[in-house]
Amino acid sequence: MTDLVSGFLQAIELLRRGDTSLSQIVVLSLQVSGIALVIAALFGLPLGTWLALSRFRTRGLAIALIYTGMGLPPVVVGLFVYLFLSHAGPLGFLNWLFTPNAMVVAQIIIATPLIAGFAMAAVMGVDPELRQQLHSLGATRVQATLAVLREARVGVVVALVAGFGGIISEVGAVMLVGGNIEGATRVLTTAIVLETRQGQFDRALALGLILLVLSFFINLVVFVLQSRGAPAKV
Amino acid sequence: MSEILYRLERITKNYGERRTAAVALDESLVIARGEIFVLVGPSGAGKSTLLRLLGLIEPPSSGTLEFLGARLDAHTQPSLVLRRRVVLVFQRPILLSASVGANIAYGLQVRGVRKVEAKVDCVLEQVGLHALKHASAYTLSGGEAQRVALARALVVQPDVLLLDEPTANLDPYNVALIEQIIQAIHREKQTTIVLVTHNIFQARRLAERVGLLLSGKLIEVGTREQFFEQPRDPRTRAFVNGEMIY
Repeated sequence: MTDLVSGFLQAIELLRRGDTSLSQIVVLSLQVSGIALVIAALFGLPLGTWLALSRFRTRGLAIALIYTGMGLPPVVVGLFVYLFLSHAGPLGFLNWLFTPNAMVVAQIIIATPLIAGFAMAAVMGVDPELRQQLHSLGATRVQATLAVLREARVGVVVALVAGFGGIISEVGAVMLVGGNIEGATRVLTTAIVLETRQGQFDRALALGLILLVLSFFINLVVFVLQSRGAPAKV
Repeated sequence: MSEILYRLERITKNYGERRTAAVALDESLVIARGEIFVLVGPSGAGKSTLLRLLGLIEPPSSGTLEFLGARLDAHTQPSLVLRRRVVLVFQRPILLSASVGANIAYGLQVRGVRKVEAKVDCVLEQVGLHALKHASAYTLSGGEAQRVALARALVVQPDVLLLDEPTANLDPYNVALIEQIIQAIHREKQTTIVLVTHNIFQARRLAERVGLLLSGKLIEVGTREQFFEQPRDPRTRAFVNGEMIY
């Protein structure tokens, strides 16, 4: 309990002082996860929508793969990305290992199936006859699909939040492919691991609290946006 | 006879593994511009399927469907321009989670029409829902939702309005309201209307010509008077008399 209180107090102190290394860690965490989220959304949202609205022979298999991807252990993702980006790997020429780029790649792989899976469920929740009715009103296939996505907007936001939550809080992948290098690839989660290993529980707790507060504020903003966009109820 | 809008030649429509066709017309069916053609028949007769074919939402499995001079078959898709000349109002309208006005404006917006306000207001007046323009579509009663569905179809001024049991599950007041709107549209705009109903009384009130569909086959087509007063087929006679037919 004492550790928790002192951790909380130290977090406030660190924030009040405007600790440079801390700001760097927070900014890099947000940068890496933010970029990964945007790219994962560009893949995941269309993929989830397509799986929800299409009918093809191997659709069941594709959905099963997405569900499997939603539960991918980050450390396994990290291992694969490591092997691909290492000098001996097929993408070694990029020289991305132990850079934020490698961390972004790993987080994209983690977030994409999460976003696709949640988006698919959200779109499937929209009445399937809606698209046909919009089609009959003269909508093109793309226009009708966009309208369906708009109807599923609450679920789409949840998909994005789930994707962000999955990557901002993961440690295994970014630790493996980023290397936790101070001033270069150290993010909140890897910094927490390091501080804990060094017995700096106060600082680790402070970082943990900052991570929690960050997540809370991001979710709060999303919740407010979602409430504004949500349809009025009877 | 007026200009022919639709000509259906030996149309069939099959779905997946079903052994019998949902629709299989042995003869040709013609629908002229400006008429109210009512399709009657028991549930499962293929009325809604035929309406989806007329709405160019689904292609026929075989045969040809001619609409405004364009020949369509299983392999020829209608152009977007052609498709936008016909609108289908479904039995169970699904509205967007937006205001009544936004729902009505949808068909105009997808056509790239920018100034929609006046058109939306006009059609809202027509269906008697002007007071609900800014209300959420989720707050509407069944009758109001069906009138919004009618309004969003009318606002794009289609050549053909297809109505799939638009008054099913509605109370007599709303049935009368919607029938009045249909008659007014036909009177004022001369819009061609194809109505599907299993309500024989409604068919009597609205139809100029009537067709009986049974097990996917067109049993008889005639003018309202001929269909109801002098039916040629015994199955039509039975249906008109309210007997069970399959």
